[in-house]
Amino acid sequence: MFSKIWKWIQTFSSPKYFYGTAGKLIPWFAAGALALTVWGLYLGLFVAPPDYQQGESYRIIYVHVPAAWMSLFIYVAMAVSASVGLIWQIRLADVIASASAPIGAAFAFIALVTGSLWGKPMWGAYWVWDARLTSELILLFLYFGYMALQSAIEDQRTADKASGLLAIVGVVNVPIIHYSVEWWNTLHQGATVTKFDKPSIDTSMLIPLLLMALAFKLFYAALVLVRARNEVLYRDRNRRWVRELIQKL
Amino acid sequence: MFNAFSHLLIRDLRLALRARHELANPLIFFVLVVSLFPLAVTPTPELLQEMAPGVIWVSALLAVLLSLDRLFKQDYDDGSLDQLMLSPNPLVLLVLAKVLAHWLLTGLPLVLISPMLAVFMNVPADTIPIIVLSLLLGTPVLSLIGAIGVSLTVAVNRGGVLLSLIVLPLYIPILIFGANAIDVAADGLSVKGQMYFLAAVLALSLSLAPVATAVALRITASR
Repeated sequence: MFSKIWKWIQTFSSPKYFYGTAGKLIPWFAAGALALTVWGLYLGLFVAPPDYQQGESYRIIYVHVPAAWMSLFIYVAMAVSASVGLIWQIRLADVIASASAPIGAAFAFIALVTGSLWGKPMWGAYWVWDARLTSELILLFLYFGYMALQSAIEDQRTADKASGLLAIVGVVNVPIIHYSVEWWNTLHQGATVTKFDKPSIDTSMLIPLLLMALAFKLFYAALVLVRARNEVLYRDRNRRWVRELIQKL
Repeated sequence: MFNAFSHLLIRDLRLALRARHELANPLIFFVLVVSLFPLAVTPTPELLQEMAPGVIWVSALLAVLLSLDRLFKQDYDDGSLDQLMLSPNPLVLLVLAKVLAHWLLTGLPLVLISPMLAVFMNVPADTIPIIVLSLLLGTPVLSLIGAIGVSLTVAVNRGGVLLSLIVLPLYIPILIFGANAIDVAADGLSVKGQMYFLAAVLALSLSLAPVATAVALRITASR
């Protein structure tokens, strides 16, 4: 049983197989992301009622919150796949980790920009040193550190391992940073969705939010596969299967 | 095994004491940076007192950061780091010895000089023990986390800026609680919570950081 799984993992993680399979999967993910975005935005921007307190300006939540979720999700995904790469020496996992970093950084950046745009009408200032904005900013710095280390080391294998270890150290630190910042200062409205039993957000607003979150996940899946495919192609540029691929073109 | 620990510790201390001018540099840097702030603002006692926790902690952070290079750079350049890794003793223990030496040479002096800087910044006398205590708990963590960063970047050319980019975000919790403890103490409130947090982070990094550092050193050496 176990050896079967192992064998399957090894086949799937071979660059050639991955390149082909990922190519087939990307259109599906992309189409799903597009459809869900259109649906989610329609429900969020036209169907959901305005907020009783914040009026229409709360609608930025449909971009802001999923982006913030994604920035954290991708960091964890990056750390998990980096540790898979470190422990089982699966190179594809390293590729996925390094392909994820810029996407995660972009989501963190989007969350920060939309957050400050939302902050202006609500708090009266574009930037407030509020707990969750601050920890999002620190998360962006963690992404920058990862990418800087990855690009500073010339040898590809060492770069993967070193930045992978940094991602793991970072993921241990993320909750510590989050809570220390939280206790330090908070102005942010309380979480509206994480309370599983009864979210304080209305269902008509929650459904588009969840749709958007799903859309962003699919978008990430499509994007990370595109980037990983590129990376695999680049890393194996001197291998035979890449040459054969090029000759077919 | 513990023989190796103490030998390495003594070796590092002895090497540092033979280059005394270098030893004083982080300390002078610390004092210098703290004294820049009163020059940059109108130094009224109230303003200085309000800024003091942040200024002292940020300066201590930067002083440790700039001294981190000393941890592995020289050993990496002259090859003794490779010898350490070849030794039969657990690398984690050796890393711990090196970090302890680093803290004794940079962190501890900062702690000892901090009362003087507190006077510079018009901090009331009864808050000074809190400054010393928060630095005493916080600076070892700075050395421990810094060791991970150095071991990842030691082989990179001009890795200085890269090192700060990697390490500074990880320092933030220490900065927050260290500075906050001083702030709260100045208002006459209890600082137990902050001190427990600093102690907890110290315990956590004492147990995890040397392991991560050892792994990082092996990665660096494998190229």
